Amino acid sequence: MHIHFLDPYRSGSSPVHAADARLKFVLTLAFILTASLTPPGAWPVYILLFALILSVEILSGLGVGYVLKRSLLALPFVLAALPLPFTVEGRTLFSLPLGGWMLTASLEGLARFVSVALKSWLSVQAAVVLAACTPFPDLLMAMRAIRIPRLLTAMFGLTWRYLFVLADEALRLMRARAARSGAETGAAPSASLRAGGSVAWRARVAGGMAGSLFLRAFERSDRIYAAMLSRGYDGEVRALPPPTFTAAHWLTLTLGLTLLALLLGFGLLFWG
Amino acid sequence: MLYSPAPMHIPDGFLSTLVAVVLWILSAGVIAYALRRVGKDLGERQVPLMGVLAAAIFAGQMLNFTVAGGTSGHLLGAALAAILLGPWAAIIVMTTVVSIQALIFQDGGLLALGGNLFNMAVIGVAVSYFVYTSVQKIARGQKWGVFVGGFAAAWLSIVVAALACALELALSGTSPANVAVPAMGGIHMLIGVGEGLITLGALAFLYAARRDLLHIGEAAPAGGRAVWVGGLLIALLLAVLSPLASAHPDGLEWVAEQKGFLDAAQEPLYNIIPDYLFPGVSNDALATILAGILGVLIVFGVALGVAYLRRKQMTDR
Repeated sequence: MHIHFLDPYRSGSSPVHAADARLKFVLTLAFILTASLTPPGAWPVYILLFALILSVEILSGLGVGYVLKRSLLALPFVLAALPLPFTVEGRTLFSLPLGGWMLTASLEGLARFVSVALKSWLSVQAAVVLAACTPFPDLLMAMRAIRIPRLLTAMFGLTWRYLFVLADEALRLMRARAARSGAETGAAPSASLRAGGSVAWRARVAGGMAGSLFLRAFERSDRIYAAMLSRGYDGEVRALPPPTFTAAHWLTLTLGLTLLALLLGFGLLFWG
Repeated sequence: MLYSPAPMHIPDGFLSTLVAVVLWILSAGVIAYALRRVGKDLGERQVPLMGVLAAAIFAGQMLNFTVAGGTSGHLLGAALAAILLGPWAAIIVMTTVVSIQALIFQDGGLLALGGNLFNMAVIGVAVSYFVYTSVQKIARGQKWGVFVGGFAAAWLSIVVAALACALELALSGTSPANVAVPAMGGIHMLIGVGEGLITLGALAFLYAARRDLLHIGEAAPAGGRAVWVGGLLIALLLAVLSPLASAHPDGLEWVAEQKGFLDAAQEPLYNIIPDYLFPGVSNDALATILAGILGVLIVFGVALGVAYLRRKQMTDR
């Protein structure tokens, strides 16, 4: 089993794929910021933002289903906002007797809860489209362009390069464990959770695997450093100069930011 | 799916913009300083070493073990990184891990990344480093210091990071402190045990295989003192703040009221159109329904339009 299917990048020839990574990066951040700043309960703005991201999804040719499926990743976190309907004061929606207590849900609280969930959902969709339509090296170029320290972006690049190598290594460790320890009766059939012995013993085995993975990575980094040195590495991280940011790019960027600013202004004006 | 998101990564939308921006600034400051320190300490070796170790921590998060039923413990790695690499390099390594999780796997939001970095790369590392070095000092280079220190550092770093996360959510008005703090704290006291046990196992393995990597009995790296004090302060602050916040959510409400004050300042904007209704429709409920239908129509209109244009473009080609 290989781990490369984890890379969320989907190659394609859509305009979204072809757009400059810097443009996509900045517009995605602006979209998320707009969603974050939109006041709770500004439903028309949420609908317009959804229309916007939906059209980008269709334009990208990723398949709306793919993006929506991936966007459900953040769903479990909604639990954190679940108490909101019951703690924000406002017009009573319904009351729930709970033991000696009375839980009262308010309309305002429910609106806040739904707003938080919607904001989160819209933002995740934007991030999914960015990651699925932009190869990682282009994202690194975009990060360098917005002045994220060169050292940090170089590290991101190296981590990305070796992530799949080490993930394969971890999978091999897990396969070796699955082959050598018996399945717990009634345990989930997934191979990664197959285990025997006591909990403490299982934890120690997992720990030994982590230590061994760490050691292998450490030794690998020695070899990589030697290989880099032999190719002329002198501590300076160099990258190809980014392609020029043309007038058309600036125009698209300005149009996109203006549209988002208008939506935000609309939301703040009527629901602020 | 093999890659399962950790529950502590805050998605976008859950932090208020103000909280998110403040946490971004705090994290960026610490990370910028850590980058300078690491550059001095490790020199040109830093990029390959830390890059590959970040990938190892990332991949190590897949290693899990069954606890009971369907639940499993797995590694986050802040403590292991802090123990093996020292505080500054650990901050950079965890920054790399958390950033790539957010950028590529949508595990945690991009605007909320500042908060996630603060919880896992800054607080997680500082607290682990503080606990581990303190226990080491007491143990005076004896073997048990490594294991007790490692377990305690891993456990506490998870719990403190979870408390910080709960307080951030409470400050954002997303989750009330008297619910979020006990819930997040309680769950992560259990998750922390798993983290502690795996860290312990990893340290035992490294102790047997490569004792030199653990730097037992060596002098702490220069500048570690600042992190030690930082870890102590963060642990103390959260230990005091969390019960206070959950017992008196009013304190946080006061902060929210200050924000409400800002909202009130914007009140005049409301009055431009005092009764905002759908033009020409006087019934409130009917107007809402009409607005909803219009919204749906807009979404589908835009979607259909884009899909049509796209198909035309494809057939033209």
